[in-house]
Amino acid sequence: MSAVEISPAAGTDQEARAEAARTRRNWLLSLPAVILLLFAASGPLVIVLIYSFLTPGDYSGVKWIPTFDAWTSILFSRDIFDDTLRLADAHLTIFWRSASLSLLTTLITFLLGFPTAYFIATRPPRQRGLWLFLITIPFWTNLLIRTFAIMEVIRNEGLLNKLLMMTGLISEPLQILYSDTAVLIGMAYVYLPLMVLPLYAALERFDFRLVEAGYDLYAGRWMVLRKVILPLVKPGIVAGSILVFMPSLGAYVTPRVLGGGKHMMIGSFIELQFGQGRNWPLGASLSMLLLLIVGIGLFFYVRAMSKEKAHD
Amino acid sequence: MTDTTAPRPRRKAFSVRTMPGFSSIAIVCFLALYAPIVVIVVYSFNSGNSIALWEGLSLKWYATAWQNDAVQEATIRSVIIAAFASVISTVVATMAALGTTHGGDFRGRTVIYLLINQPLMVPEIVTAVALLIFFSMIRIATGYSGLAYLIAAHAAFCVPFAYLPIRARLEGMDTMLELAAADLYATPWRAFRRVTLPLMAPGIVAGAMLAFVISLDDVIITEFVKAAGQDTLPTYMLGQLRRAITPEVNAISTILLAITVILLTLFFILTRKRSPKA
Repeated sequence: MSAVEISPAAGTDQEARAEAARTRRNWLLSLPAVILLLFAASGPLVIVLIYSFLTPGDYSGVKWIPTFDAWTSILFSRDIFDDTLRLADAHLTIFWRSASLSLLTTLITFLLGFPTAYFIATRPPRQRGLWLFLITIPFWTNLLIRTFAIMEVIRNEGLLNKLLMMTGLISEPLQILYSDTAVLIGMAYVYLPLMVLPLYAALERFDFRLVEAGYDLYAGRWMVLRKVILPLVKPGIVAGSILVFMPSLGAYVTPRVLGGGKHMMIGSFIELQFGQGRNWPLGASLSMLLLLIVGIGLFFYVRAMSKEKAHD
Repeated sequence: MTDTTAPRPRRKAFSVRTMPGFSSIAIVCFLALYAPIVVIVVYSFNSGNSIALWEGLSLKWYATAWQNDAVQEATIRSVIIAAFASVISTVVATMAALGTTHGGDFRGRTVIYLLINQPLMVPEIVTAVALLIFFSMIRIATGYSGLAYLIAAHAAFCVPFAYLPIRARLEGMDTMLELAAADLYATPWRAFRRVTLPLMAPGIVAGAMLAFVISLDDVIITEFVKAAGQDTLPTYMLGQLRRAITPEVNAISTILLAITVILLTLFFILTRKRSPKA
């Protein structure tokens, strides 16, 4: 470029044009994916939002009369006689069951998942891959099959009851299936890998010389665990808890199969509105509420992950 | 006074890393993860009618499942949907990966990322409800009620699963090779076909396999989107679980499990990072 003198302005102009061309090319390449997802994943969510502000139709579907009824009926029911609002106990029971079972699932998966992740992280590096693979296989296998498998185990004639009767702990088989306990066992079983994987990621990077330092300073095992290890892998704990809590809250298959018809959680409650309940707007507002809660959870998840990265 | 000459009970050397009880809990967890699955697989070979009593080895329930028209149709439907969905999602995901990975940031990249990852973030039941409403609108407007709805829905939620391994492969690729091809007067298309594409291939195959597994296993979205008589294997199973369960379900589960485990093992072999040469 020695012969031709290019003004700085022309240079930036050219750069801007190249930049625009690159952006256009990248967008064109991504366009089919964008269209597919807008059509069959993200776009329809807007319709759900709109439906949540409409009036239920006579048999199913909606009437185009705008109202906030679907949102207020999440928590309140209108008295048919004097039109006053009162708390909808049936709904509250379902929300309470969803929230408490999801929290308990998170707690159980943590109590079991932390030692498991710790165990994998303290294996010799060459073995870790295999152990991790053993955790990942159930994670990718069909959720329905895993739910069905745990159902087989906790049935009255199942493996669990057989074992308990053989050891003489019980004489009559325990009726676990179709109860909240069954849903809890099922969700803990199904979501355990989601807890182990992020915990392992955090523990793998943990510097075990810090534990040694703790012992040198006369800390006991419990002290080291509580004051050294747990605080340093906290982002992994937060990430794992959110990864387990969110799908538990929106779970549909596991509560439906293991809980029977009576022990409903939000997921089955939403489905009911589109089936026998025939209240599409209520189903829509419940879906949006679930989405909102998950959105908040996701926000904290992203924050925990960026903190984790900042550690490196 | 303790006798110091007597042999002391052997104690394991104090290890900094071990926490008492952790290993036992871990082993129990691994056993608990696999025991129920093993029970299903074992009882699928039971010759008796019961799913609780072992009466001997046989392939009876596989034969029963195979001769069941509903199972056959559901199997064919599942495979058709998974095949279409994995091809479509892999093609669009490959293009998107090329668009979003090569050469730095650009305006709107975050939007594309968010869209692609949407199926991983939004609860499946919410997407299922949204698709139920949206597709029933289209159904009424067009009168069409074929498999295309299921294929479109599956293709969409498979995109992130196809995209992630492809992107990981592209990010680990040496861009110098493409530049070298260009230096050797290869046209961009030729450079892409002869250099970039072969290098991407393992990522693309891995992505397609993952998408296939995810589509094959889907329950919730399929359950909401399917029209009457459009059961896939998982939704057929879900229907069966409400009735008296026969070992036929065990046989179907075992086959689905086998497909998943085989494809996943291949996936891990394909995406395994080569250990750095010392």
